[in-house]
Amino acid sequence: MRKIYVTEKSEKNIQMADESTIKFLLDYSKSLKIIEAEGIKFESNMN
Amino acid sequence: MDVQLEDSLLIKRYIAGDEKALEALIDKHNQRLSSFIYSKVNSRDITEDIFQDTFIKVIKTLRRGAYNEEGKFLPWVMRIAHNLIIDHFRKSSRMPMFNGADSFDIFSLLGDDKLNAERQIIKDQIDCDLGMLVNELPADQREVLVMRIYKDMSFKEISENTGVSINTALGRMRYALINLRKIIEQNDIVLTN
Repeated sequence: MRKIYVTEKSEKNIQMADESTIKFLLDYSKSLKIIEAEGIKFESNMN
Repeated sequence: MDVQLEDSLLIKRYIAGDEKALEALIDKHNQRLSSFIYSKVNSRDITEDIFQDTFIKVIKTLRRGAYNEEGKFLPWVMRIAHNLIIDHFRKSSRMPMFNGADSFDIFSLLGDDKLNAERQIIKDQIDCDLGMLVNELPADQREVLVMRIYKDMSFKEISENTGVSINTALGRMRYALINLRKIIEQNDIVLTN
């Protein structure tokens, strides 16, 4: 049953995000500051 | 089970300020998420964009302390990506692009493959009815069916996320379909467009 139903992904469909995208996300995370004031959360990016 | 525990641990560390935990989370789900997005949009560039937007939403939600998925990180991320993919297709259908050709054909711009209003209403009604039928299923069967059909996850991924074997997941899917057919037959429900 397992052999019939489990579909292996073909090589051409295996994708990975680019290193530059991952670097951007990590930098974005580092620069993101969440500030809470009177119950409201504000986002700001500090480079 | 280990996968879920590990995700929740990484999330806790990230929320506590460990940026390396975010890197680990991205690395861990990079291939699965990218492949999922690519399978829908079929473009490397759009895949990169949607992947990036998905994780920006993830980062914001985690940092705001608004994450509350109790160990089911990947299905949550897949849902965000799925919604962004839908947004992408909505946007691109609103802004048709014309690629220059030797002979200009106005119908290449005017083509409309959308359902007409009546068919759209019928489709929405069927989707709604089907959603209610799915909600009637036992929780374990419903979980597998939703992951397989709505989130497009493989049985291997379902097995990893639910902590059951692949054969159990397959069995649950089978019983979910049998039970859905039973409910449909017993209640004389017609699901056609």
